[in-house]
Amino acid sequence: MKFSLTEEQEMLKKTARDFLSEKCPRAFVRQTEESEVGYSRDLWQEMAELGWMGLAFPEEYGGGGMSFLDLAVLLEEMGRACLPGPFFSTVVLGGLTIQDAGSMEQRQRYLPPAIRGESILSMALYEPDVRHYDAPPITVEATPDGEGYRLSGTTVFVPDAHLSDHLLCVTSTGPEDGIAIFAVDAGSAGISYSPLSTIGGDKLFEVSLDRVSVPRSNMLAGPDRGRRTVQKALERAAVARCCEVVGNMQRVLDMTVDYARERKQFDRPIGSFQVIQHYCAEMATDVDGARFCSYRAAWMLSKGLPCSSEVAIAKVWTGEASRRVLDRAHQIHGAIGVTMEHDLHFYTRRAKAAELVFGGADYHRETVAREMRL
Amino acid sequence: MDFGFTEEQNRFREEVRSFLEEEIREGHWQPACDAWIQGFDPAFTRRVSERGWIGMIWPREYGGQGRSHIDRLILTEEMLRYGAPAACHWFADRQVGGAILSFGSEELKREFLPRIARGEAYFGLGMSEPGAGSDLASLQTRAVEDGDYYVLDGQKTWTSCAYFAHYFDVYARTDPDAPKHRGISEFIVDATLPGLSRIPMTDITGTEAWSDLFFDSVRVHKKYLIGEKNRGFYQVLHQLDYERSGLERIMGNYPLFEAIVQFTKENGLSGDPLVRSKLAQLQVEFEVGRLLGYRVTSVMEEGRTPNWESAMSKAYSTEFEKRLANVAMEILGPYGQLMPESRLVPLRGMAPHSYLGSKGYSLQAGTTEILRNVLAARGLGLPGS
Repeated sequence: MKFSLTEEQEMLKKTARDFLSEKCPRAFVRQTEESEVGYSRDLWQEMAELGWMGLAFPEEYGGGGMSFLDLAVLLEEMGRACLPGPFFSTVVLGGLTIQDAGSMEQRQRYLPPAIRGESILSMALYEPDVRHYDAPPITVEATPDGEGYRLSGTTVFVPDAHLSDHLLCVTSTGPEDGIAIFAVDAGSAGISYSPLSTIGGDKLFEVSLDRVSVPRSNMLAGPDRGRRTVQKALERAAVARCCEVVGNMQRVLDMTVDYARERKQFDRPIGSFQVIQHYCAEMATDVDGARFCSYRAAWMLSKGLPCSSEVAIAKVWTGEASRRVLDRAHQIHGAIGVTMEHDLHFYTRRAKAAELVFGGADYHRETVAREMRL
Repeated sequence: MDFGFTEEQNRFREEVRSFLEEEIREGHWQPACDAWIQGFDPAFTRRVSERGWIGMIWPREYGGQGRSHIDRLILTEEMLRYGAPAACHWFADRQVGGAILSFGSEELKREFLPRIARGEAYFGLGMSEPGAGSDLASLQTRAVEDGDYYVLDGQKTWTSCAYFAHYFDVYARTDPDAPKHRGISEFIVDATLPGLSRIPMTDITGTEAWSDLFFDSVRVHKKYLIGEKNRGFYQVLHQLDYERSGLERIMGNYPLFEAIVQFTKENGLSGDPLVRSKLAQLQVEFEVGRLLGYRVTSVMEEGRTPNWESAMSKAYSTEFEKRLANVAMEILGPYGQLMPESRLVPLRGMAPHSYLGSKGYSLQAGTTEILRNVLAARGLGLPGS
């Protein structure tokens, strides 16, 4: 048991922090968020050169051979920087699901280009009438058609669909069957995208599939293990998002403490008032709690240990703690914090969006209750 | 980062569990809330010491086992999980032994540490006074030099385990003219010395949880001064960091947690979504508290004294214990009010006992407010008020 980062992780953290503070300043975030495309091609290429996309993939596919826990360190820094773009979609949703469920040939086909920064991946997990994500009645249908399948249906909240080269689609192969997952070429005929405007400023889409033809060789996980694959993908996604939120919260705490030291009222820094100090102390507790339960879940995932409860705990705590942290941050910053001119809103909007995806607190509390055998 | 235990550590946990289960099977004691601070059982303490589990992190030359902080974490976690009556040795094992080891003379180390480890020397704390609570540095108990002795006069309060303690770790003013932080010294005071008396105090649960200690010209030999004269306040801050460091702050009423979950299952309440949600939320909060506590051990294992880390853990965790007791009361409904001795009482009355007792958890060893001050100043670098 050791709560500090390894030397290698410290180095990764430092490199990421330095790189992102130079390349992803708030002006860049602002500008990218307002753009239609939502990312920078140049930055994406530089990230690929740093080995970030490949970090957690085996070396045989051009990856860095590091673990999900190491990836967590990087995700925390990305959350801290509010990095816009399709990293999460490509690596966490797309790449790791392919790594988990795909055949050797499929991994060989999809992973190296993604790792090189030449291909962008995403995953369509949500259906229009699904509030959470477990055991959804999948309405996207995959119907056998000659040598392949035809996919029809609508999915929502698909991140970065407009940039993606391949979309992983969760489908039903028939009323009696389970769930199957396909890698769909995003340029296929019959796919259409409509952007959604979101609180977090990330690029989410409604994606409609109308008899989209997909060869059988693009099936990543058949009905026998589709549900399990989706479950694992969602666990990874929940934990990865928690790690980003940890970075978000830590940055908010740092900003707030700095502000409390500098801002003077009644001729003294407001940070010298006990009430402000106690708010900050509570924030720090929320941040460290979020960090430890998120990293513990990441550690368990990287060890391949069963961790439904730990994932759920991380998601419940991180979501609710981030809300408390941002609430206090706004209170301490005063009115300047609720303007678009100030940076705080980036964090507030992103944290709230993160709370709602991959299962909210009530959903995950129910998972915890089940794991307690209630 | 590593959230796992080694195979050896897992085996040790199993060993502790087997020992405790055997203890319960043989009817030596029943699991109880607060047993770490209120369960006085000299025979249990002796059996624990026979296994080398008191002072286990101290060097072998002083009767310890030279084991890791993680081993001690495992031991104490299991003791707390089973609600074992460990009060006779808890204070000495957790903090006084460490204080002697860090600041005491060679003679003191040789005199006390092996006896603590053998389960023969129990310690109580003499820190707070009626006029010195959170502002501990304003304490007024005096220690005046007289030849080879210090003569102590004054009063200490809130001393746990006072009736069982053989010794007290007492802070007294040795320089009344110095600034208040710089005139305090730390002593080991034999509980049988003439002029020392103890008067018990009944707490809100009806338990004689604490005592007042009265010092009337108590003559303490100079060799029982721990560390340097007038450095006592700095030593007490160090000791408090350890006093706040353990899992007893999140698991003091853990037996109630297990009992209320069991009660929920056995009484058909598992299907109630509100009950499910409340218990799951407690589980989330418990796990976070446990991780904050584990982090403190991780800091110690790296050879550092935990400071704001233990303040954070203790402040968070005692608030959790209060919520746990409250949720248990809510689930029990009107039965929640039944005291241990009552007819029809569920869960042996642990819930109301814990509910009332938990009001004190966030006061002892630094109030939640003092701990937040520590965290803000030392952890976050906010300016003094």
